[in-house]
Amino acid sequence: MTLLALETSCDETSVAVIREGAVLANVVSSQVALHAEYGGVVPELAAREHLRNLIPVARAALDAAGVQPGQLDAVAATQGPGLPNALMVGFKAGQAVAYALGKPFVGIHHHEAHLYSPWIQTAAPAPRAGQGTEASPVAVAFANFADFQPNISLIVSGGHTMIVLVESELKHRVLGGTLDDAAGECFDKTGKLMGLAYPAGPDIDRLAEQGNPAAYDFPRPLLQDASDDFSFSGLKTAVRYFVRDHPELLEDARNVCDLCASVQAAIVDVLVTKTIRAARRNGVRCVTASGGVTCNRALRRELARACAREGFALHLADRALCTDNAAMIGILAERKLMRPGPPAPLDGEIQPGWILA
Amino acid sequence: MPTFISHHPAETEALGERWGRAAAPGLVLALSGDLGAGKTQLVKGLARGLGVTMRVHSPTFTLVNEYGGGRLTLFHLDLYRLETAAQLVSAGIEEFLSPDGVAVVEWAERLSALGPRGAGPGRPVAVTIEILSETERKIIYDDFGA
Repeated sequence: MTLLALETSCDETSVAVIREGAVLANVVSSQVALHAEYGGVVPELAAREHLRNLIPVARAALDAAGVQPGQLDAVAATQGPGLPNALMVGFKAGQAVAYALGKPFVGIHHHEAHLYSPWIQTAAPAPRAGQGTEASPVAVAFANFADFQPNISLIVSGGHTMIVLVESELKHRVLGGTLDDAAGECFDKTGKLMGLAYPAGPDIDRLAEQGNPAAYDFPRPLLQDASDDFSFSGLKTAVRYFVRDHPELLEDARNVCDLCASVQAAIVDVLVTKTIRAARRNGVRCVTASGGVTCNRALRRELARACAREGFALHLADRALCTDNAAMIGILAERKLMRPGPPAPLDGEIQPGWILA
Repeated sequence: MPTFISHHPAETEALGERWGRAAAPGLVLALSGDLGAGKTQLVKGLARGLGVTMRVHSPTFTLVNEYGGGRLTLFHLDLYRLETAAQLVSAGIEEFLSPDGVAVVEWAERLSALGPRGAGPGRPVAVTIEILSETERKIIYDDFGA
């Protein structure tokens, strides 16, 4: 099956081409030089930019995959959750392409797709002698469900923080989520309080590498709470008052590194401790993580350390697939279409407030 | 303008809940206040007062969260990430300023980029939360009959 997947739920326009679990192409708008075509910089945060980006991004993905539209067997798009205007573009375009080709269409829950992105490996297989790249495009990634086992999945991004029990393929149950701010938002906003530019997540990661995570003791909200819920608003407030009372710390680069490392340690500590605890309590021996914050090096390190200690298998989404991408939408869509059942109707609607159950 | 002094996040939430119970369709609350002032807390109360049982979380990244299931649909917007008029227009924010339900807009000061909004039924109700101390907040708002 060759499948076209569209993702436009938030900031990025992304299109992927999937064939039998292989990601033939995964193009994200911020990576593409659309400037020449439109004579300007692609602004962030512009939902209607999806409309301008979608066709060039889709064309780039099909070209990279070496696939003609007529060769597509199915189309998928993110149905929700997300910004209504943004979702509308990819979802309606997907339905239109499916209708024009007379092929099945499937709408995908963005977070459900995240649950399976850690199973997509971007490591390229060793090239075989005598095989030309011109004739058959080299896949950029492969979904490997051979190793699949029941797991606890941490989805952690700028907009969401949740712990999900994935009991089997396509069967999951959300155990907990944030009561206020997402973990990525806590990175971004505490960073802003420490004088960094918004969004500050990547800067904190970089500065924290040179800092002492034990320099300052920030609260770990809900760490001892038995639930799988998170709260990061209190940590944000703690940083706010700490910075107000010690403004001189921000004038010294070394102190800023220590502050970043300490705030990051508090966030990572809560994420890792609660994820591991959920795995233990549910008797699963595998942990996965995805979402933009999964790019954070300290989180990756600490999850690896904790899983090694517990004897758990760990699957972290590849850095390129942590943030929003159509590859994960397509991989999940293909799994869904392989199951028997009627295809989704072509007049379905977006679900901006779709809650993962 | 009415002023309310909150001594605890729970009091901020209770004020929001009273507003939620009284809210009429089309109400737009324009919420201003620093990081950590308790804007989300007020919205949690508003949701409860409207009879929304879904969990309210921050819309900073997603820009808009929609909460159904209550007496009126609640649209929760956060404009923190939107700085220019072009970004506001492009994200479709204007459509939420005459909501089929109730809209509450955090970082509403960003709306000034769209130019002055005249008085009238569609005019947002201004709500400002000032931080007085670690737990005390001063909430100043336009009288909207709630």
